[in-house]
Amino acid sequence: MILPYFVIIPLFAAFLIPLVSKRADGRAAFLSLVSVFSLVLLSGYAFFVRSGETLVYRMSAWKLPIGINLVQDALSSFMLVMVSLIALTSLVYSVKYIRRFGRDWRYYSLFMILVTGMNGVVVTGDLFNLFVFMEIALLAALALVAYGGRAHEFEASFKYAVMASISASFILLAIAVVYAATSSLGLATISLSLARQSPLLVLWVGGLFLAGFGLKAAIMPFHAWLPDAHSSAPAPISAMLSGVLIKTLGVYVLIRLFYNVLGAPRLFLQIFLGLGSVSILLGVLLAVGQWDIKRLLAYHSISQIGYILLAMGLDSTLGMAGAVYHMLNHAIFKSLLFYNAGALETALGTRDLREMGNVSKLLPVTSGTSMIASLSIAGIPPFNGFFSKLIIIVAAVQAGRPFFAFVAVVGSLLTLASFMKVQRFGLRGGRPVKELVGEVDGGMKTAMVILAALCLATSLLIIPGIRKLTIDPVVKVIMDKTDQAQVVLGK
Amino acid sequence: MTLYVLCFVLFLVGLYGIMTKRDLIKIILSSGIMGYACNLMLVLFGYRRGAVYPILEKGKEAAAMVDPLPQALVLTSIVIELGVTALLAALAIRLFQKYRTYDITKIRRLSG
Repeated sequence: MILPYFVIIPLFAAFLIPLVSKRADGRAAFLSLVSVFSLVLLSGYAFFVRSGETLVYRMSAWKLPIGINLVQDALSSFMLVMVSLIALTSLVYSVKYIRRFGRDWRYYSLFMILVTGMNGVVVTGDLFNLFVFMEIALLAALALVAYGGRAHEFEASFKYAVMASISASFILLAIAVVYAATSSLGLATISLSLARQSPLLVLWVGGLFLAGFGLKAAIMPFHAWLPDAHSSAPAPISAMLSGVLIKTLGVYVLIRLFYNVLGAPRLFLQIFLGLGSVSILLGVLLAVGQWDIKRLLAYHSISQIGYILLAMGLDSTLGMAGAVYHMLNHAIFKSLLFYNAGALETALGTRDLREMGNVSKLLPVTSGTSMIASLSIAGIPPFNGFFSKLIIIVAAVQAGRPFFAFVAVVGSLLTLASFMKVQRFGLRGGRPVKELVGEVDGGMKTAMVILAALCLATSLLIIPGIRKLTIDPVVKVIMDKTDQAQVVLGK
Repeated sequence: MTLYVLCFVLFLVGLYGIMTKRDLIKIILSSGIMGYACNLMLVLFGYRRGAVYPILEKGKEAAAMVDPLPQALVLTSIVIELGVTALLAALAIRLFQKYRTYDITKIRRLSG
């Protein structure tokens, strides 16, 4: 049974690291790289070999109404692949990068706890268990945001922590209401008994969950913490936060709860459409005005999450395919962009676009990969961002909502404009740069090249034969809605 | 019913505190109040009028016991809250060392 190992491996590594490492960080880096690499292999096996299956693991062999279940279906294994891929590149990037803050094993320990929490959220089939894993991931993320130890990093971390505690309270309140109404905490049993309850209860619970997990996903009215937290963290951590944390704790849980547990109530789908389009437009408008490259990227995360939310609200198979596909693509190109920002900061000693200049000769790898990532996020063919945005726009037109298709197109054009600005000022500007203050090392280059290759490779997922093997099983799990509960209970 | 309403009011008191207070310590306390309201709500949902402690002994029926599961959940959530509060307090101390103030209107390096 491979299922519990997604939690066991990183958790074990997190607590083994302090035992084996004395003062240096070499062993810690090695250990965490090995464990994350094994997670990549395991999740790849789960996604590609066991795809379409639903595995259920009963903790301590207690059956469902009493015990806690771990559930793995195509959606979970898709998320696991995403988390472990980004975590692997992030670690490869960190090995040299993070030594500027001292040779410290604690970074790797916290990193593994972060991975534990995210994997746990994805594989669990129990509501309260999900809450606990979410808090584990958040505590590690908060510590990592403040890792640099400068004043503004503590400030960002404090802001994030207060927001996280508000959202945790909303989620706990929602869990209390759900438990009072259904007397169970397993997601499958909840979804069965909620179907028999009054629609008013679904409204209550849905509202509380939307407030709680919407804060985690940084949907527009709840977005205030994100630009601070994501731009203050060290570059590899920004990539983890923007690339996968807001998706596992926010978007994944929203999909799971609103589709598989609550059965996609119409009112909330309308809310998703509305909030999604607000996030797309306002996020990108705020991004265009930024001069700090990492803040600009952080605002783009809000905008791109808006695309996923919009596609979730369409309630069509094609729209959901777009949402799932865009989630993967955003994880890849946004992480790559944050790596580029980290490399630029290392090489030039600044994050302000106005102080950068032409570095395409001095930093060929960074400027080349950042070009690929910018084209991907702006939606230029043949890169992955183009295809997922195309699917979302086509799905919006097919669902009879041309207005939202229009919003998506406008958002995409503004994204292109703001990345023209990044390229024009940051990497290919007129002012020649004489010398670099720091060196972009091999680990950083490797991570950037891997993700740039993935930007091209994932655009192959659009080919029907490949799509049938990868995205379609994931969409099937989501669009089965509450029928998925029967599958889980039948095991 | 009154109890549930009062509990929800306590939750809103905490939320109001977080939104309006300017002192870091008061914000931390408000977030604690929100957490307590949730815990109280959970325990209240497990309460049965006239019921006894949920330990199975000879001559006792399960029907006349309070629901033990919310109590277990509350214990877990108290531990989590302890962790979060400790982290918040640690961050507040470090912020005080950097800025020599607890007033959030004076701690503003990040904006926009």
